[in-house]
Amino acid sequence: MTKFNLNGRTVSVHCPDDAPLLWAIRDELGLTGTKFGCGIGFCGACTVHVEGRATRSCITPVGGIAGARVTTIEGLDPEGTHPLQTAWLELQVPQCGYCQPGQIMQAATLLKDYPNPTDRDINAIMAGNVCRCMTYVRIRKAIKLAAKRTRGEVTHG
Amino acid sequence: MVSLSAHGLRSSVEPSRRGFLITMMGAGVMMGYARSSFAAGPVRSAGELFEPTIWYGIDSSGTVTINIIRAEMGQHVGTALGRIVAEELEADWNKVKIVTVDSDSKWGTMITGASWSVWQSFPLLSRAGAAGRIALVEEGAKLLGVPSQVCKAGDGAVHARRSSILYGEIVARGDLRRTFTAEQLEELPIKAPDKRRLIGRDTLALDVPSKVNGKGRYGLDAVAEGMIYARPKIPPTRYDSRVISIDDSAAKGLPGYLKSVALEDPSGTVPGWVVVFAESFIAANRAADLVKVTWSSGKAAIISERDMQNYAAGLIADRNGGSLLVDDPGVDAALSSAKHKIERTYTTGTVMHFALEPLSALAFEKDGVFEIHTGNQWQTLILPVLAKALGRSQDKIVMRSYLIGGGFGRRLDGDYAVPAALAAKAIGKPVKMVCTRPDDMRFDCPRSPSRQVLRMAWEDGGRVTAMDHHAAAGWPTAVMAPLFMLKGANGVPYDPFSIQGADHWYTVGAQRVRALRNDLADRTFRAGYLRSVGSGWLNWAVESFMNEAAYAAGIDPVEFRLRLLDGAGRNAGSAPSAVGGAHRQATVLTRVAEKAGWGKQTPRDVGIGIATTFGQERAMPTWVACAARVRVDRSNGHVAVEKLTLVIDAGTIIHPDSAEAQVEGAALWGLGMALHEGSAFVKGQPKDTNLDTYRVVRMGDVPAVEIEFLPSTEAPVGLGEPATTAVAPAIGNAIFSACGARVRHLPIRPEAVLEALAHRA
Repeated sequence: MTKFNLNGRTVSVHCPDDAPLLWAIRDELGLTGTKFGCGIGFCGACTVHVEGRATRSCITPVGGIAGARVTTIEGLDPEGTHPLQTAWLELQVPQCGYCQPGQIMQAATLLKDYPNPTDRDINAIMAGNVCRCMTYVRIRKAIKLAAKRTRGEVTHG
Repeated sequence: MVSLSAHGLRSSVEPSRRGFLITMMGAGVMMGYARSSFAAGPVRSAGELFEPTIWYGIDSSGTVTINIIRAEMGQHVGTALGRIVAEELEADWNKVKIVTVDSDSKWGTMITGASWSVWQSFPLLSRAGAAGRIALVEEGAKLLGVPSQVCKAGDGAVHARRSSILYGEIVARGDLRRTFTAEQLEELPIKAPDKRRLIGRDTLALDVPSKVNGKGRYGLDAVAEGMIYARPKIPPTRYDSRVISIDDSAAKGLPGYLKSVALEDPSGTVPGWVVVFAESFIAANRAADLVKVTWSSGKAAIISERDMQNYAAGLIADRNGGSLLVDDPGVDAALSSAKHKIERTYTTGTVMHFALEPLSALAFEKDGVFEIHTGNQWQTLILPVLAKALGRSQDKIVMRSYLIGGGFGRRLDGDYAVPAALAAKAIGKPVKMVCTRPDDMRFDCPRSPSRQVLRMAWEDGGRVTAMDHHAAAGWPTAVMAPLFMLKGANGVPYDPFSIQGADHWYTVGAQRVRALRNDLADRTFRAGYLRSVGSGWLNWAVESFMNEAAYAAGIDPVEFRLRLLDGAGRNAGSAPSAVGGAHRQATVLTRVAEKAGWGKQTPRDVGIGIATTFGQERAMPTWVACAARVRVDRSNGHVAVEKLTLVIDAGTIIHPDSAEAQVEGAALWGLGMALHEGSAFVKGQPKDTNLDTYRVVRMGDVPAVEIEFLPSTEAPVGLGEPATTAVAPAIGNAIFSACGARVRHLPIRPEAVLEALAHRA
């Protein structure tokens, strides 16, 4: 059994220690916002935060995060109104939407590290997140919009 | 001249002339088309006589619920279709709800593909909305005690001079039963374009909010009480594999492992499949790696990409096979006597769908009905197959709808539902079958490799006298939906989706188009529909060839095309959807050339290339022109696309923001298939099974993308795929402009650019 903190609550899972965190979250804990894409950490659909860092949950063993704080898309913001989420809505970023929780979780740590990201920062840090609908143009715009708002340069609306 | 469109398939999905019914049900009113057998004649009682196809209903709170029979996979189709109804119904958009329905024969053909949804639905749903509005106005007028002529509908209410009544109240108090005959329906007044208040305006698509907070439910998220998991063991060949033995001794000690079963499949969809059952996916996944299956494989186990290309070359070299779509007299004579002519060969490699949500399906039997929970694009096609597989009638099977985590045509083929259903039947419990990424790739129905030979003849001065086009590929329609094959001028059937594009709108004198089925490819894998299908590879050839011919004739490639887009004869275009014909294609081409700075000087190693297409089918042309600006690194052959400029005429645009999103996505798919995406079959299996080797477009590959829609009030046509078709040839032509290297194979690898540079004329 492994205990950790998921979106502010202490949870325990019974899967083997070496089982991927992704399936513990999805199948044991029933939070399905975190997605399965490639299973080898190359697509980013499974991205969650472990202690605030973007982490590929499909290749992270549950045993390795015992006692840690894990955040999924469901826990990113209590109201679902993180600046990235509102920017994503406003620019209608999602098409099929399957990769978007992972994109948003990755972008959230990007904004923490680079409050004023350049295109090169975005290219580098979002490179591991695949979008097959090719919403990349809008993802880039939405990251920049959320960054501006977080810096207080523009207001909502 | 034979018809050049996929009319066979389409006419089967277009509703026949049917009357329209408005009935009272419970506390609401339902609006729907009558089944065709009831189309004519008056109605006595809705409840007894009719089982209408219910397109939408209004309840006493005024909420309009619109049923959507199309799959939601990123195109925001529910919002577009909902707004078509709401526009004519004069509904309050804030009170509109959309519901994606489960499979049921009452819906008619359920297919989401070929970029047809809006184009097919627009006339139908506009009239459905108008019929409801008229009934509401008449009944509302009665309740207000005024003549209906002084009433108008707007914002979900009927307004007279001094009073108004909400739709909900009319539903609660009035009697809305009525019918319209097919003739009456056709005469219903549809709004003039300048009176529209929803169509052509932006709104937040209704499916978007659930996609930023993790609440959207995809097939992989489906659950059922008592569910267990299964992961397949995919056999060595798609066809004719047989299980010799299963050794699960290594999996036996694994906690949660249940058993492994070789599926018996009366439908023949998944020959040689073994499913590994466990209590969790984690256990099923691990057990599947430990279970050893011995197969006898099919003949495809020795077939590789090059074999399929060589086979295609043989098909094309034989002048006798195939189906002739266009067969004008005099092609051979014109080619043999011509002073100027060229012949070129173009090829494309296998391309995988790689939809981000791997294939999965949950299946179980409940109350005598087999339920299949999974996202799917063509329920009507797979239900009879499921019936055969399960040995039960179709009315005892239902497919529950979910969001699809990327379709791109993969889920037009519902084959993945079959093993899930068989697994659930075999073990007698709800089973969620989940493919890992390599399973999904090995079970893909990829875009077939293709080979094409084109010839053109012209006179001094550049007047084109003949064009000859031969195209060979695997044919998805022949395998999946043979009833929808069309017949060529020589009576031989062909797959329309594997030749559309060769039947272009250029006036080229005597023309021949020959479609050849690469049956070796079709025996090696199950060919699939992938975003724009054949139009992706056919326009790669046509539009690369137009540039090559133009340069050979000493004419500017844009000017060369404009001369051929003269709108003469069969290229004049006609109602309902192709009004204007080749002239509209000339317009988008001219505009993109202007926007992209065609003809202006570019820096060394930078070039602009132009291509234009009509999207997919002649009966539903979406006029597309693309300019690509690329930079070529001559030292290593690397191609960087700096900008894509697209000009589109898609007629009336329903939801501009979604339209633009579809063009962005389709254009970048075109870029992906031009430069990055492509696998190869090696001994009956795709070489690449995951992102460690399969290269897809990522953030840093994305160029500036500029999109312009030409304003139009013509019929709305498709947008999901058309932009895909013009990008690869625009990039190929840009590479030539940049450095003189002509590439003729997709994907364009740096080695090919280097080789072409070395062999430059």
